[in-house]
Amino acid sequence: MTTVKTRRTLAKAGVLTGLVLGGLFAGLPVLWMLSTSFKSNGEVFRNPPKLITESFSLDAYREILGNGAQLRFFLNSYIVAGAVTVLTLLVAVLAGYAFSRFNFPLQRTINAVIVSVQAVPPITLVIPYFGLVVALGLYNTYPGLILTHMVFTLPYAIIMTTAYLNTLPRELDESVKVDGGNSWTALWRILVPISVPGLIAVGVYTFMISWNEYLFALTLTRTDDMRTVPIGIQLLMGQHSYEWNQMMAMSILGSVPVLVLFLLFQRRFIGGLTAGAVKA
Amino acid sequence: MTSLMASKTAAPVEQPPPPRRTMARRLVPYGYLSPTIVLIVVLMVIPIVMVISYSFRDNVIVQENSVFAGLANYTKVLTDPDFLAALQNTAVFISVSTVAHLLLGLAFAMMLNTQLLSGVTKAVFRIVYILPWLFTIAVIAVIWRLLLDPAGVVNYVLHTLGLIQEGVNWLGDPGKALWVVTFINIWSGYPFFMISLLAGLQGIPADLYEAAAVDGANPLRRFLHVTLPQLRPVILSMAVLDLIWTSQQFALIWMTTGGGPLNTTEMLSTYTYKQAFSEYEFATASAAAVIVLLLTMILAFFYVRQQRER
Repeated sequence: MTTVKTRRTLAKAGVLTGLVLGGLFAGLPVLWMLSTSFKSNGEVFRNPPKLITESFSLDAYREILGNGAQLRFFLNSYIVAGAVTVLTLLVAVLAGYAFSRFNFPLQRTINAVIVSVQAVPPITLVIPYFGLVVALGLYNTYPGLILTHMVFTLPYAIIMTTAYLNTLPRELDESVKVDGGNSWTALWRILVPISVPGLIAVGVYTFMISWNEYLFALTLTRTDDMRTVPIGIQLLMGQHSYEWNQMMAMSILGSVPVLVLFLLFQRRFIGGLTAGAVKA
Repeated sequence: MTSLMASKTAAPVEQPPPPRRTMARRLVPYGYLSPTIVLIVVLMVIPIVMVISYSFRDNVIVQENSVFAGLANYTKVLTDPDFLAALQNTAVFISVSTVAHLLLGLAFAMMLNTQLLSGVTKAVFRIVYILPWLFTIAVIAVIWRLLLDPAGVVNYVLHTLGLIQEGVNWLGDPGKALWVVTFINIWSGYPFFMISLLAGLQGIPADLYEAAAVDGANPLRRFLHVTLPQLRPVILSMAVLDLIWTSQQFALIWMTTGGGPLNTTEMLSTYTYKQAFSEYEFATASAAAVIVLLLTMILAFFYVRQQRER
């Protein structure tokens, strides 16, 4: 009896040790970023390095939040990611509805094209996008960035929305049709309202992709007042190479929206994400 | 963080065929799909046609009158030592990253799936383990530039432990930079592998393990004969996806080394970007971009075939 118990305790200690070591690997760099953001710039490289600073200060955050140019990056990211999320959800609901509730020729072909969009390398697209966006007068504008971000968000959103709609019983929309409604009313009166949990997961992921996007934001905008947060972080690195505390504060502020969304919707989000990759 | 997922969106729908399907009724699904179709034509079909046509021409984008150039751009790219170096670096970067993502992801997923610890403990660790994946690449680049600075904390710790004698310039040393950016990529990318494998582990029926235990299989044999075969489909599809994603990594390289020192971390993505937006050689860049597209299609082909087998 005791040996079984001892072995169990040992196994538990082993797993816990492994988990803590892995946790340090994953978490220490993030903690160091947090810690550096509270330091004065002179303290950043002081030896011996301290994880918990004695001269705790919020100056780096004040510096970022009191600077209109930095706040503009956040405003731009909210505008772009917000618009991408709304538009992606709208288009994906319509497409998911077609895939889930109708049979039509070309269904498989269109589906295959949508899936394949996800494999096209962004670096291949960015060259013609640059040409197109300049030709259409969308260079250095919000619509140029919003439109091009949708190449990343739309395929995933359509696949997830279709999968979600497939789980809803068809009797729901049939009942609307019996009452004389058409497919349009069935979608907006019945299916969309009960799909809200699924659509939240799609929306969160869409927002994250757009908020974090780097290559198109770098290439298709030019002036500082049109730059998004990831490019803002890079600009900060160029301007004040050694203001590490401010760079860390900016990095944390820039990550807050995604971290908050993830923590709020963690369960639903992971479920939706793995549903596509694992059970497909 | 672009995702690549396949699913059976073409789910069969049981509908009794109505007596007369009018033309208008048949067009209804295409109506719902029209915004998607327009966007895909604008965002994928036209751009791919454009980049292919650029790749056979000269003086594109920057000048009005471009001329047909045949295969000249391809010859130029394929004989450029920088391109060949980028190809080789990319191969190392993506294969090492993918293997490491798989090993770390599997190890972490199995620890997080343990029956020995409470759900709350596991939930806390799960959040910590997912953390690196939640930060945008720009942030990850800045964090690691701080940590790996010659005067930074990594060198301090290694020096204190007596492992190095003087500060190492991790990202500036031609012999080390490729391995260092690969390491950073491993750190930032394993969580997605881990999440998928964890879902896969949770989907393995418990009676398979019970049957193996009854047969007297020890934990190692249970891992080799139950866990691995059950996870095989997830592992294979995640591995191909990861190769594709990692080959598309641009921001991490651009913000840590910019492809240097001495091209040692130049990737296909940074090479193409430089040709286009630093050299303004859009035609050459387009040829490189088409080659990248073809290489990706080869990987995607294996992915699709793997999906069909499942």
